[in-house]
Amino acid sequence: MILGFALSFIAMIAGGLFGRHLAISQVGRTGETGSAGPNRAHSLPKFHGYMLAWHIGFAALGLLALHGFRRDLLSTPWLIAGLALTTLLAALHSRRIIKPELRARDYVERYVRISLLLCSAVAVLTTFGIVLSLIFESARFFEKVSFLEFLTGLQWSPQTAIRADQAGQSGAFGAVPIFAGTFMIMAVAMLIATPIGLMIAIYLSEYATAKVRGIVKPFIEILAGVPTVVYGFFALLTVGPAIRGLAESMGFAVPTQSAIAAGSVMGVMIIPFISSLSDDVINAVPQNLRDGAYALGATKSETMTQVIFPAALPGIMGAILLGVSRAIGETMIVVMAAGRAANLTGNPFEAVTTVTVQVVSLLTGDQEFDSAKTLAAFALGLVLFVITLILNVIALLIVRRYRERYE
Amino acid sequence: MSDATPPETTSIHQSADAHKLLRKRRRRERGFRMMGMSAIVMAMCALTWLLISIVGTGYTAFYQHQMTIDVVLDETVLDPNGTRDPDELRKANFRRIIQNTLYARFPDITDRRARQDLFKTVSASGATDLVRQMVYKTPSLIGQTLTLEVPTSDDVDQLLKGYIDREVSEDRRKLSDQQIKWVDELVASGEVHARFNWAFFTATDSRDPELAGIAGAVAGSFMALLVAFVVAVPIGIGAAVYLEEFAPENLFTDIVEININNLAAVPSIIFGLLGLAVFLNFFGMPRSAPLVGGLVLALMTLPTIIIAARAALRAVSPSIVDGALSLGASKTQAVFHHKVPLAAPGILTGTIIGMAQALGETAPLLMIGMVAFVTEIPTSITEPASALPVQIFLWADSAERAWAERTSAAIIALLVVLLSMNALAIFLRSKLERRW
Repeated sequence: MILGFALSFIAMIAGGLFGRHLAISQVGRTGETGSAGPNRAHSLPKFHGYMLAWHIGFAALGLLALHGFRRDLLSTPWLIAGLALTTLLAALHSRRIIKPELRARDYVERYVRISLLLCSAVAVLTTFGIVLSLIFESARFFEKVSFLEFLTGLQWSPQTAIRADQAGQSGAFGAVPIFAGTFMIMAVAMLIATPIGLMIAIYLSEYATAKVRGIVKPFIEILAGVPTVVYGFFALLTVGPAIRGLAESMGFAVPTQSAIAAGSVMGVMIIPFISSLSDDVINAVPQNLRDGAYALGATKSETMTQVIFPAALPGIMGAILLGVSRAIGETMIVVMAAGRAANLTGNPFEAVTTVTVQVVSLLTGDQEFDSAKTLAAFALGLVLFVITLILNVIALLIVRRYRERYE
Repeated sequence: MSDATPPETTSIHQSADAHKLLRKRRRRERGFRMMGMSAIVMAMCALTWLLISIVGTGYTAFYQHQMTIDVVLDETVLDPNGTRDPDELRKANFRRIIQNTLYARFPDITDRRARQDLFKTVSASGATDLVRQMVYKTPSLIGQTLTLEVPTSDDVDQLLKGYIDREVSEDRRKLSDQQIKWVDELVASGEVHARFNWAFFTATDSRDPELAGIAGAVAGSFMALLVAFVVAVPIGIGAAVYLEEFAPENLFTDIVEININNLAAVPSIIFGLLGLAVFLNFFGMPRSAPLVGGLVLALMTLPTIIIAARAALRAVSPSIVDGALSLGASKTQAVFHHKVPLAAPGILTGTIIGMAQALGETAPLLMIGMVAFVTEIPTSITEPASALPVQIFLWADSAERAWAERTSAAIIALLVVLLSMNALAIFLRSKLERRW
């Protein structure tokens, strides 16, 4: 595959040079050998070169795609042969078409546009790839486990499914404990992130001097830039034991891996997210609303809570929803600090598991791709994708509508 | 009405009630302000706590205790037949050589158990590998005596760094009283001393914490990032240019725009599932390879790069393109010769930030199997490799104190790289940014 790309690239350069050479031989370097009349070229020779290179490039892309999708039809030697053949054909063809009156620049123009379109299509293809692969694998999972059982079952023990030869030992795939665990950790995280993030945004946008903002903002950005695996290790090494120690000193027994440890660290991770989004939203509230409130004698806090906050509420809701979506999809913190056993509990001091933790633990280690255990990860992934997608779409719609209102 | 108001009464704004209300309102104002400040303080405390706890556990991994030993390369042990055959030499009993060296240092210890304990003060595989390499390279060394520095075992290292409590009773401690006595003797004589831990940066993953390093993981991360860069940057810039300059207002453009915004918020683990299902299972690419990791990271950072590049393109004054067009440039020429170069600083900044994100990402790499135990530095992007964040995840799983120290040190290395990438982005933005 890499070889194919490299060869296509070389072929494109060679083709380009050849095309340019052909054009120069007909009309000279500046394309004006005949100065006027029939020999005056429409385009500079380099455009003839570009055109030929692009012809080869498109053909090569087709061959590479075929090679990628149907290796049985086009194996590597044939790919190389095909590339050589197309290069040769393009060169021969160009001997026929390269003439002074060829509108090579217009062709190149069109090809550039098509190539850029293909680039932006990658984003769409990615989404298609995600949706198709999740649905396809989940469908195979739901052939083995009923959809209803998956969504409403209270037992989750996929590990037993490995021993498929033992009758009646096919494992339990009721995902309710997982959803409950995800929800609980998300709730803990949002309980921490929302008030702190919001208050930071309010303070920075309404109270802080430029100097304070200059100090605090980079700090918050650092908080946003810390990789999640680092937060996970922090939760595991420091926060978990600290919470356990605190609870023990008060006479409770709390495991190191608990919903509260993972959730609170996740909350810290989401603070910058909430604060920067709400900051934008609060700043988008028109100044005349503030001025009106001040003119009536309101204090800053009264203006904030009674005028700006209600006006900014939809945008803030959007920010919180995006935060929730991030909390649900966060992986490393919970993998390291939340535990793996699926407990159905309402106590945040116990270890719970989440959708992302289960996806990781089902897919790391040895895999047989057809077992229900492996496929279950894709079903969980599908649920995760759908929920975060809905949250994101709602949040983006709210934020966009809100922005339009004040623009 | 005003006539009815007696002149001696004060305005309602001066009444006692009004003053009380005013005081209450001012108190509320101060309280609100305090809440804002305490939120900032809390966030900063969390960050400080995180940094202190990681630097506090991690900084000791940057030095390590080494033991100077006089190794007698006894021919009767290493090469009893005198053949100097490389294959035989590789299999020779280097363990015995190290053991003999230590027994010679403490000749009065004859008890078998005590000798075993003594051997445990030095890193067994570290010392034997070192001697094996030297002898294998220059067999003529056999018969000579070498003075070498070998790593001590992780327990001794932890003891000397003060993490093993000497006061705890012997059976609850990893080192016996006798071992501690030997170590103290060696320290007093200068045979055990601290050195900067180069091995941490040059070695690969290992089962022994005293030998483990991040070089393999760094190489894997670098390769994956290189792939991500090569794939994501051209495609990202292309997509941004298309959407900003060429896209007609139609359904496809709308779909692309909505898509990009959504992709930016899709959980990273979903990209891992995509990589597993599409790149590994459908296209049959090699598992655990930086190639696949890089492709997944590329798809993940694509939205970031597109969004940043679009903002940068939008910030370029339209008069530039108009000027180019009026001089006879085609649309493509105007955009690529004038607009894109002027937007380059912004695009570059966005790219660096996207790459920093990709460097810290772990979850999608777990999905495509970059969690393998790899003890060699990968040399190509199709070989199994690990990545720095994944290495951190793997080491974090081990409970031993020595591993916690290594994990924190690896995190420090990762954070330093990330911070310098972000600092570079900020620097470039301020240096190269142009305003119209």
